[in-house]
Parts: sequence; structure tokens; C-alpha cells
Amino acid sequence: MTLRINALIGAALLAAILLALLIGSVSLPLDRVIAALAGQAVPGDMLVVWQIRLPRALAAALVGAALGMSGAALQGLLRNPLAEPGILGVSATAALFATFTIYFGIATAGPLVLPLAAVGGALIATLLVAAAALRTRSVVTLILIGVGLSSFSVAVMALLMNLAPNPFSLADMVNWMLGTVANRSFENLAFAAPFLVAGVAILLAAGRGLAALSLGDEAAEGLGLNLKKQRLAIILGAGLATGAAVAIAGSIGFVGIVAPHIVRPFLRYDPARLLVPSALLGAFILVVADIGVRLLPTDSELKLGVVASLIGAPIFVWIAARRRLA
Amino acid sequence: MSLLRAEVLSYAVEDRHLVADASFDLERGMVTALIGPNGSGKTTLLRLALGLLAADDGTALIDGLSVTELTPVARARQIAYLPQMRPLVWPQPVRDIVALGRFAYGAAPGRLSATDSAAVNQAIASCSLEGFEERAADTLSGGELSRVHLARALAGETPLIVADEPVAALDPRFQHEAMRIFRKVAAEGRGVLTVVHDLALAARYADHVLWMKEGRIVAEGSPLDTFSTDRLDAVFGVNAEVRREGSAVRLDISGPA
Repeated sequence: MTLRINALIGAALLAAILLALLIGSVSLPLDRVIAALAGQAVPGDMLVVWQIRLPRALAAALVGAALGMSGAALQGLLRNPLAEPGILGVSATAALFATFTIYFGIATAGPLVLPLAAVGGALIATLLVAAAALRTRSVVTLILIGVGLSSFSVAVMALLMNLAPNPFSLADMVNWMLGTVANRSFENLAFAAPFLVAGVAILLAAGRGLAALSLGDEAAEGLGLNLKKQRLAIILGAGLATGAAVAIAGSIGFVGIVAPHIVRPFLRYDPARLLVPSALLGAFILVVADIGVRLLPTDSELKLGVVASLIGAPIFVWIAARRRLA
Repeated sequence: MSLLRAEVLSYAVEDRHLVADASFDLERGMVTALIGPNGSGKTTLLRLALGLLAADDGTALIDGLSVTELTPVARARQIAYLPQMRPLVWPQPVRDIVALGRFAYGAAPGRLSATDSAAVNQAIASCSLEGFEERAADTLSGGELSRVHLARALAGETPLIVADEPVAALDPRFQHEAMRIFRKVAAEGRGVLTVVHDLALAARYADHVLWMKEGRIVAEGSPLDTFSTDRLDAVFGVNAEVRREGSAVRLDISGPA
């Protein structure tokens, strides 16, 4: 069953990525796109596919996958269907550090300065929450620390915008915070990839423990789960993956809540089996949303993060209203 | 070798002794009931004995090994623990919840070996849950859920089962059924330690009773030896009539003392 669902969503994801390669200001029919993918096309086609469209589609897919899996893992750990990758404060702290580089004008020094700062922020937030997890038994405490971190980061970001030296850097900050995968290069992806791969690997290795946690912390310990190790693994894994996602695309909300929620009933509500399908579906949702962003005939292109929130927030309310168990 | 041995376990929070100098020894083939009024430290004692809570003083030995040296998995293969609080968050099917009892053997609901599957099926059968396998947890009554959790504990097929008020939400028939399951487990040469609030059940089904009051074990022994009007008054503060009929003990509790 899990395999069939993975195959189904995986096939849909590949189709969506292919569709993303077909759409754009230069019209490229399917045969030319395929020729370009195979490296057999004229230089112009190659440039459009390999430098512009493929990195963008893959960026959307990677970010969606990272957020989908992190969301599923955190929901399992915190035993709450409304938990999302940002709940531990990782996204906001990463965004804050990225905003710093724009404010002080060092983001222009190189293409990797901003993602580097974002990953740095994500790591610091992750380590803070992990340190708290070693000291407390209560997951509610972790959530509250995450909320505190988020609020503080948002406050400092507001301060930086307030004090922005000129309208251009303010516009840069706002644009970055809205979240987008436009104009991403393979270089950007390659930079974030190691963090993403490490995070995903840690989450997958710790997946089985999430199944035990569905009985509650105490029963899970009784089942033979090392609670501390389990928490650390999920916090580190989700922190790394989310940090990588923010480094690529800025902050993009709600994918991490919605994707696990949609696949959960098909996986017998098992938090362990949920990880991979959530990642695939998160990737699919963002690739499709990004196609939508490019197709909508607006004067300035809509940002992916804005569209994701517009769709995601009502679904969030719907999920909250329909919860079956306390 | 005793299944679980507690030696002068003590635990205090802010100078309040929740458990003080508690010792007991669980043998194979016995059902042991842990009884005592609310707040007497029963749950804390269980958690100390299992190593889920670090004792201030004293040690607990599982099959001769100190709990502090056992890995969680090694402990879980010796003892199935059924805590009092059993919060479920996902509407999982019954079979998957029971399957979690096999966690310490590397299993998960999605991946059960033939041995795991057989143990799960047997646990479901012994708790009369056939036909419930695919029911979602949130469609079950409190009593049915209690049976699911009991089945989960049985599925581990551990030498010892430690249960915290396993029959609290059950109707009279299943209270007796659950205690009979424990008797069967004991008859197989395994052991059971269970907190029971219904004293008549404890008197009827336990081989050994641990009486707890204010963090201390104040008496222990067979129901026949330990149930007395004076002790029920001293430990629980109730007026009770105790009658001995052959090897059985009958209780009639008339009210608070």
C-alpha cells in the first residue's frame, strides 16, 4: 500500500516537473524539451531548460519535499496534526539571519552569502531547541520555546525593516521573505543539498520511533524507545531539512502541514510510514503551485510563498476544525 | 532469578517522599497486585522499578541486571508496561496499535515478521477483539480501548507485564476477563504486576498483594494473610468486613471509617 502510494505520487511529481519544463515565455514543445534534457538540442534550448526551468522546478520540488517530510516528522514527534516545520522557530531564525545579510548589504558579496546565513540561523535555532529537549520532558515546553524564538526573530526582522537604510534593501528583504524559487541556479541547490540530504537521512532513520510515539511518551518509553535520542534526531533532522529549504526559497508556509494531512488516511495514520509520501506530495504541491504562479497573468509575478499561504491557511483551519481525537 | 526486584527504592520531590524504602520481589508464575489509596505512590513506584524515573536511592534489578544498565529495548523485551495514561492522537486501526507491542523486536505496524504477526493475532484473540482489527481507535468506547491497550501489552510476549490500573474503565465482565488473562499469563510461568483499585478483584485473583501507603509498602503477602478489617481501616480508611471461605477472601466494604 505504501509503495503504491509512493509510486502514484512520485509519478505525479515527475509529470508536474515535466510540465514545469514546458511552460515559460519561450515556447518549447515537448520534443525539444526532451532533446534538451538528453543534451541533444540547440544551445538556446539547452540554456532555457538547464539554466532556468529545471533548476526552478527542482528547487520547488526539493523545498516541498523537505517541508513535507519535516512537517510529518514534527507532527509525529509533537503528536499534533497542526505542527509545521516552522513550529520550533527554525524557519523564522533562518529568515532573520538572511535578512541581516540584506540589511548590512553583504548579501551582494556573493550568491551563497544569503543561503549560508539562512542555514547558519537554522542550525543555531535547531541547537537551541535540541539543548532544551535534553533538559525538559515536556514537548509543550519545546513548542513554547519555538514560538518564543519565532516571535523574537520576527520582531528583529521588523526592526531591521523599520531601520532599512533605503527602499531598495527594504524591497529586497520583503521579496525574500515572501518566498520564491524564481531564478534559482544549480549552484544554489548544490549548496543546500548536503544539509537537506543529512536532514532527510536522519528523519528516515528515526522514522520507526515515531510509530511508538503515537501511544504517548510514557508508553513509547515502555515499548523500548529512547525518548531523548528520538527527540534529538527529529529536531536535528527537521532543523537541517527546513534550514536547507529556507536557504533555497525563503519562508514558505503550510506545505508542511497540508501534505502529511492529505496522505495520512491512506497510510493508516501511521506517523512512520507517512514520511516519504509526505515528502513526495509536498514536492508535488510546490511544483504545481509554482506552475500556477508562472501562469497567472499578474503584472508582477506572484511569490510562491504567498500563493502557498493563500491556499494553505484555509486548509489549516479546516484541518483544525475536523480533528477527530484530542 | 526473580523477574523484577526492587531494593529500597526512594524518590522525593521538593522534600516530599513520593516513594520511600520500597522493596519487592516478583517471581515467575505469580500475579502481584499493588494496592493503596490515591496518591500513595503506586505509579511512581512502578516507574522507578522500570527505570523510567531515576531513583534517589535504591536499585531495581530486571532479571538480575540493574535497570540503569539495560538499554530501553532490552528492558522492553523483559517487561511490557501499560501506563495509566494512554493518550492516542491518531485514529489508527486496532491491529496497528496492538502491533506496536512488537516494537522492541524491530517491528512497526507496517512491517511485521511472521512471528510478530502471530503474537499480534494471539493478543487480539485473548482480549476478545476479533472483528475489531480494522476499527479506528476513535470509534471505540473507553472499555474497548482499554482492551486494545491490554492486547498491545500482551503482544510483547514478555516474561513480565506491569500494568497501571488496566481494568479501571472496564465493565464487570471484562474486569474479570482481564484478571483471568493475567492468571493465564502467570500459569504460563510468566509474571504480572498490576495496580488494582477494586480490592475484591485483588483479593480474588492475586497471589501476592503489596499494600502501599504514603510512599511505603506497609504490608505484603497472600490475600488470605494480609486482608483484615484493621488493615483496610489503617491503609484505606474504610469500614470493611473480611470473611475467609476456605482459601478465598470475601470483602464487604460498608463505607468510610
